[in-house]
Amino acid sequence: MKHAESQKPESSKPEVTRRGFFAQGMAAVAGASAVAAAMSPLRHLTSGDIPTLEEFFQKHYKEMTAEDKEQVFNRIRTAVGKRYRTEVNLADPPPMDGVEFVYGLNLSRCIGCRKCVHACVAENNQSRAPEIQYIRVLEMEKGSIDVETSDHHYDPPLVPNPDKYYMPVQCHQCADPPCVKVCPVEATWQEPDGITVIDYDWCIGCRYCEAACPYWARRFNFTEPEIPADQLNPNMSYLSNRPRQKGVMEKCTYCLHRTRVGRMPACLEVCPTGSRKFGNVLDPDSEVAYILKHKRVYVLKEEVGTIPRFFYYFDERGSRYAEPIAPADVGGDA
Amino acid sequence: MKKYATFLWDCWRLSFVGDWRYHLWMTILTLLALTGLYAYCQQFVYGLVTTGMTDQVSWGLYIANFTYLVGLAAAAAMLVIPVYIYRNMHLHDVVIFGELLAVAVIIMCLLFVMADLGRPDRFMHLLWRFNFPISMLTWDVIALNGYLVLNLHICGYLIYCAYCGRKPSPKFYVPFVFVAIVWAVSIHTVTAFLYVGLGGRPFWNSAIIAPRFLASAFAAGPAFIILTLQIVRRVTSHQVSDDALLTLRRIVQVAMIINLFLLVCEVFTEFYTDSAHVASARYLYFGLHGRNALVPWIWTAVAMNVAATSLLVLPASRGLGVLNVACLLAIVAIWIEKGMGLIVPAFVPTPLGEVVEYFPTVHELAICVGIWAFGLLLYTIFVRISVPVLAGELTYEKRFGKPNEAVPGEGVRLP
Ligand code: SF4
Ligand code: SF4
Repeated sequence: MKHAESQKPESSKPEVTRRGFFAQGMAAVAGASAVAAAMSPLRHLTSGDIPTLEEFFQKHYKEMTAEDKEQVFNRIRTAVGKRYRTEVNLADPPPMDGVEFVYGLNLSRCIGCRKCVHACVAENNQSRAPEIQYIRVLEMEKGSIDVETSDHHYDPPLVPNPDKYYMPVQCHQCADPPCVKVCPVEATWQEPDGITVIDYDWCIGCRYCEAACPYWARRFNFTEPEIPADQLNPNMSYLSNRPRQKGVMEKCTYCLHRTRVGRMPACLEVCPTGSRKFGNVLDPDSEVAYILKHKRVYVLKEEVGTIPRFFYYFDERGSRYAEPIAPADVGGDA
Repeated sequence: MKKYATFLWDCWRLSFVGDWRYHLWMTILTLLALTGLYAYCQQFVYGLVTTGMTDQVSWGLYIANFTYLVGLAAAAAMLVIPVYIYRNMHLHDVVIFGELLAVAVIIMCLLFVMADLGRPDRFMHLLWRFNFPISMLTWDVIALNGYLVLNLHICGYLIYCAYCGRKPSPKFYVPFVFVAIVWAVSIHTVTAFLYVGLGGRPFWNSAIIAPRFLASAFAAGPAFIILTLQIVRRVTSHQVSDDALLTLRRIVQVAMIINLFLLVCEVFTEFYTDSAHVASARYLYFGLHGRNALVPWIWTAVAMNVAATSLLVLPASRGLGVLNVACLLAIVAIWIEKGMGLIVPAFVPTPLGEVVEYFPTVHELAICVGIWAFGLLLYTIFVRISVPVLAGELTYEKRFGKPNEAVPGEGVRLP
């Protein structure tokens, strides 16, 4: 066998050894340079791509003390402020006691104008190139409520199309969320007010939650998100609309930076037909509690059993379509 | 300790020694692996946009290959069972190749998972906050790493004992062999549960996935070993009897028949019921709304499966030529079926009924080929080392002269 030869005491054949040594040296150099060449794309890494020690050892949101949080938030304020050349107002509003948020959407009224889609993108600092959208409006066939017959990419000059109806879908903030169950690192969890959030600094980007969500509500940053500096919304919170990084998951948070301080979600405010109703279901005087009690309600994919906090409802007197209007910019439709 | 270091050093040196065919093979594999590394570094810099995955089809070739390889890794168990439980001695001297294969393949699995992560720099989070036992992925992390350690221990121990020229003591490896057998079943089951547990994906949400997974693994694994063993006995001095190969043939034969049967069960349930659940299966087998990227693949796989099974039940496959063809067909068919056929269609249509197809990019392919090349490279090295060591051609004593002779300059006495 060849190897037996190579195992001989080295002193017995000095020339061979020297030549062998030279050849081995050459091979080692060639190997090292091949590896270096293979790794050469890494030179395009920017300083933001490599975690600093502080970032590397940053704790999970739930494990951070108040001081830890302040330190981390300050770091984020500086970094985001520098990148977008603006004053950043980063907050961390806590869930309110005795509040459980629920969203209702009126299928009799929605005209499919996609204004909510774009208001959401502007509010929540989603990437613009490629554009990430949390809300997907389905154009449905009358006579069916099967999403498989829907059109996701309808693009007419005017909406609504009288032969269709429209069903916007976004995160349903499930009470038994499969996305939370599957996450291997607990980067996503349900808050006491029912909102499922993601710690963007903890997510490892495995996309298991995206596979688990029955409402196709999660979005992944396949590349570095891009937001023009003048379009950044400077009012942000840690668990919702602060700018995300490449390689992490994101989703609708019911605009918790607004709703936890008493405002309405951006998608609701922009809706021209008043199809969207949002509120605290634990408050018997709230609109959502009234609708749930008195109206005809439809829960999408109820059979999957995730118990959504988002429901659809109908007006008893049938559709109340407004005058036709031009839809919001649909070009960037993902 | 010193002895162990010498052992590792010898292994390292041995992996560079061989004839020109060996060097050519290793060079090709190294180049492919480096190309994969290059593509991966680009993916690391630019993100997963370099792949064909989207929000709609969020898992692709990486997870497909991972799934297939988990099955292959259990090949070791398939070989170990007859030897240790039924004392079927034909296989005894080939078991080690199965276990070495398991080690190489599990390393490939872990690499595929790493390649799939959006933030590989945060993998430490798995240690710091582990969502066990709720998340099936954490079970899989434990199952795979545990299996890797078990097999590394068994192989490493046996080879190191041979190197030291002593007889392996059963109490240091036999219990582990039994644990490894049970563990091998657990790695597929847990991997199948990864998919089966998702209520929002009707294509996966079926109890038959786990048994089908086992059946196909029992077929593809030993088929792979049959081919490998023939290469081993051709290029090394290691003896492998035809009987051992024929025992393996029987395992592949039975597993293929069960696999085909389960496939029929699944297809029947999906299409005869014709419920809303059938959309993904229809996409896979016939295409949906004019999109049919997977149709040619799956029918190729079905045809190969049927051909392989027919060949295997015929007596003709006792001849090695026919057997090899059947094994090759089975390996490729199961790769398509478990990879492309199991992972991708679950995402088409999306839960909201959108049909978006998945086409892997060149980057993604380069990374997959690179990981395969790296795995084969590892396996070649393992075999390269273990054959002479187990044959007693390379031992510590031979390296330093005769036994009971003071090793020059070392001042140690060997037993
Ligand atoms: S809709 Fe999807 S992302 Fe939202 S809570 Fe439910 S499972 Fe999670
Ligand atoms: S992508 Fe992030 S949030 Fe989703 S399961 Fe993986 S680690 Fe958890």
